[in-house]
Amino acid sequence: MKRVLPLLVPLVALAVWEAAARLSHVSHELLPPPEKVAYRLWDGFAHGGMTGDLAASLLRELSGFVIGATGGVALGLLLGLSRPACRLLGPLFLGYRQVALFAWVPLLSMWFGGGEQGKVAFIALAAMAPSAVNTWRGTSALPHSYIELSRVLMFRPLDYVRFVALPGALPAILTGLRSSLIAAWLATVGAELFLDVAPGLGGRMNEGRETFQMDLVLASVVLLGLLGLTFSRLAVAAEKSLLKRRAA
Amino acid sequence: MFALEITGVDRTFHVAGKPVPALRDISLSIREGEFVAIVGGSGCGKSTLLRLILGLDRPDRGEVRVGGQPVRGPGLDRGIVFQEHRLLPWLTAETNVAAALRRSGLDSAQRRQRVAEYLDLVGLTAFAKAWPAQLSGGMAQRVAIARALVNRPRFLLLDEPLGALDALTRLRLQAELARIVRHGGTTALLVTHDVDEAVFLADRLVVMQPHPGRISDVLTVDPAARRDRSSAVFLRVRDKVLGMLGVETEAVRAGAYETAA
Ligand SMILES: Nc1ncnc2c1ncn2[C@@H]1O[C@H](COP(=O)(O)OP(=O)(O)O)[C@@H](O)[C@H]1O
Ligand SMILES: [Mg+2]
Repeated sequence: MKRVLPLLVPLVALAVWEAAARLSHVSHELLPPPEKVAYRLWDGFAHGGMTGDLAASLLRELSGFVIGATGGVALGLLLGLSRPACRLLGPLFLGYRQVALFAWVPLLSMWFGGGEQGKVAFIALAAMAPSAVNTWRGTSALPHSYIELSRVLMFRPLDYVRFVALPGALPAILTGLRSSLIAAWLATVGAELFLDVAPGLGGRMNEGRETFQMDLVLASVVLLGLLGLTFSRLAVAAEKSLLKRRAA
Repeated sequence: MFALEITGVDRTFHVAGKPVPALRDISLSIREGEFVAIVGGSGCGKSTLLRLILGLDRPDRGEVRVGGQPVRGPGLDRGIVFQEHRLLPWLTAETNVAAALRRSGLDSAQRRQRVAEYLDLVGLTAFAKAWPAQLSGGMAQRVAIARALVNRPRFLLLDEPLGALDALTRLRLQAELARIVRHGGTTALLVTHDVDEAVFLADRLVVMQPHPGRISDVLTVDPAARRDRSSAVFLRVRDKVLGMLGVETEAVRAGAYETAA
């Protein structure tokens, strides 16, 4: 029963979708039934170059994620460990968080262009914030007794980062990285939809919209969702195995 | 020359704008190789005094000298065991001890050898690879003792190191501590509120009183007292110190030690 329960809602949704497509007067062009979308998905991978689109999107996402998350963790460490840095950059960073992500699109496309660089920059910017916030919170919440211990053991700042700050904040950093991964995936689609057309799932959706192929649009949406879910699952599993030994 | 000289030290904290005198006019000298215990109720400034010796804090007045030099900050010549073991939970027992050797100047082979030596001293060789969460309270505290000693400090500072342990483990570790400290010939300063522990371990007892924290008495412990916790000489010293701390025992009240003391 416990295994079936999480599937219940998606199954009901699928049934409602099926019924709506069949029983309503909305044309299949606008609301294709699930099996047509599923077929389109299969067909896309078999003959339609969907694999290439998927690879292009994934590559873009991972590049942006790696750049953004690395920068985010570094910024978070700086904010969490250095009081002057926190005073100088903290308010600026919090202000930046108040600006909606898509508000950066015009600026980034001016700086980096609407091509690959602009897209990756946008994804990196989206991935940066969650890693930075969580790393910041994780490092500044470390107990004072560890700072005292580090002073007694004559740790240099880098020793402190290596032996105390990074491992101590690891649970928070991993939470941040997981959120960054999801944010990067969302931003990938955004970048592909709103910046220059290029191979990728977003591009495929645009194509579907322009040529009025709702099945293609929906197939892309389903694929995006499935991949997002996979990312989330993988990240949780990685987190668990990394933190396992401590709980013992 | 004294290993430690504290002269006329004052330390006042300010809590919500009001001065809290934690230490008032503390003077104390400890000889090389001596084992001194500070006893006193909580809040009489024992931890504050240790922090001054460690160089984690500065006195408002007076001076703390270690080996003739004024203390300017922490140093590997002073090791500390806190009440909670303060092991880093993401490092194994052996890497926790090894972390203390970061600034020792030893090469990696020497470090490995040194870590093994001190884990052996505290009897935890078999648990070198264990995580702190897998150790009992007593074992974790023994790792902390190894970590404090691994740099071969001239001074071992112990801030109620056994205070959080159960009674049986505490008794066992007291005997261990006596052996370990005498083995290395380290000068030791133990803070405790357990008078039995102080009498059992120390050559000399320093009694502190609170509000403001000050030294009220210093007494030398007859080495004979250490040999047997139920001997008359042990009980006499213990009851005397308890009396100084305001705990009257039946024997004191009955005047049993009037002539002997
Ligand atoms: N950092 C501090 N700030 C304010 N008050 C402190 C601080 N450290 C200690 N005190 C106060 O100084 C007194 C002595 O504290 P402490 O040295 O911890 O006593 P003990 O270790 O003997 O229990 C207490 O009243 C405590 O509240
Ligand atoms: Mg204390």
